[in-house]
Amino acid sequence: MKAKHQRLVLVLLAIVALVGAALLAVYALRNQASYFYLPEQMQADPPAVGQAVRLGGMVAPGSLETLPDGITVTFTVTGREASAIPVRYAGILPDLFVEGSGVVAEGRLAADGTFEADNLLAKHDENYVPRELQDMSEHQAAEMAEETTVGLE
Amino acid sequence: MHGFANPKRFLALAGWLTPVLLTGGLLLTAAALFWGFTQVPPDRLMGETVRIIFIHVPTAWLGMGGWTAIAVSSLVFLVWRHPLAAIAARGAAVPGLVFTIICLVTGSVWGRPTWGTWWVWDGRLTSMLVLAFLYIAYIALAQAAQREGISARIPAIFGLLGAVNIPIINRSVVWWNSLHQPPSITMGKSAIDGVFLMPLLVAVLGFSLIFGGVVLARMRALLADIQAEARLRRRAMEAD
Repeated sequence: MKAKHQRLVLVLLAIVALVGAALLAVYALRNQASYFYLPEQMQADPPAVGQAVRLGGMVAPGSLETLPDGITVTFTVTGREASAIPVRYAGILPDLFVEGSGVVAEGRLAADGTFEADNLLAKHDENYVPRELQDMSEHQAAEMAEETTVGLE
Repeated sequence: MHGFANPKRFLALAGWLTPVLLTGGLLLTAAALFWGFTQVPPDRLMGETVRIIFIHVPTAWLGMGGWTAIAVSSLVFLVWRHPLAAIAARGAAVPGLVFTIICLVTGSVWGRPTWGTWWVWDGRLTSMLVLAFLYIAYIALAQAAQREGISARIPAIFGLLGAVNIPIINRSVVWWNSLHQPPSITMGKSAIDGVFLMPLLVAVLGFSLIFGGVVLARMRALLADIQAEARLRRRAMEAD
């Protein structure tokens, strides 16, 4: 075996070991590295009441309500599965915050199961569509609604 | 392939290729940005801020592409010991860092109106910031290898090690819940409408040509630097 080939084998072995180590680290991080809980994750493994966490998902269509005080809103966040968590928030809503779109709420779970948010971040999906196409045919719109992931894969 | 590993032949090729790449890249990028900034309708949700995509996405791809070039060149240098491969890796470092920083800054400016925040520590943003720090460390190591006389293999090994971050950046939005949306462009499929996609692809091509031109220019400067140092050293020896 020439020295050149020895080096090649050595470097390739090192790369395989490195990738293996990285995969193990990523696997170990799979929960810690997530930026937010999905509703189903929060229901399956609820964080301690009062602990600062983030909840992310889709603002359920038709669930957004403004309370009589005028600044407090309530809505339901849904995930990939049929799970929903009610959220209460008092403050300015981000421009892109709409029903049927993605949201990340920062706050804490209250004892009654409501999520009390201090801050809302709008999360958009991966689709980029010009405004002109908003008046697309109903069929097209239904097709896009079918395909949208709200940024949840 | 081995023919171009000869510095003399490389310099002859790079001599005319550098201005061609830089001029072509600047023209294409200017055309793509004019197209994207003035000729394209606003996005249905984001409105006018969607135009940031024409800078953000090409620079993000090239920021990751730059480290991929460092890793491949480092592998070639470690195995075949081509000195030009080490020069190529060093040449890609500075433009890679600059493009990564442009990606981070434009992303931050875009995040404020769309997400409602300049910065969050989610998987995508954090791994991209790590890439910028890796570039800085690589540049420092490579300079030490030339000036302080540490082995040139050390930056090369670091270049290979750092490549682990590239698939993490790419997959971060799939593996972990993140504020950044999942990829719009996947194998043969695009969730970006054609009116945005066309100028975007031209911008990617233009920025790539600029990147290539800058890498060649950096390599020529590094080679000249090494030659000048060797000449000074020889003269100092003769004077003794």
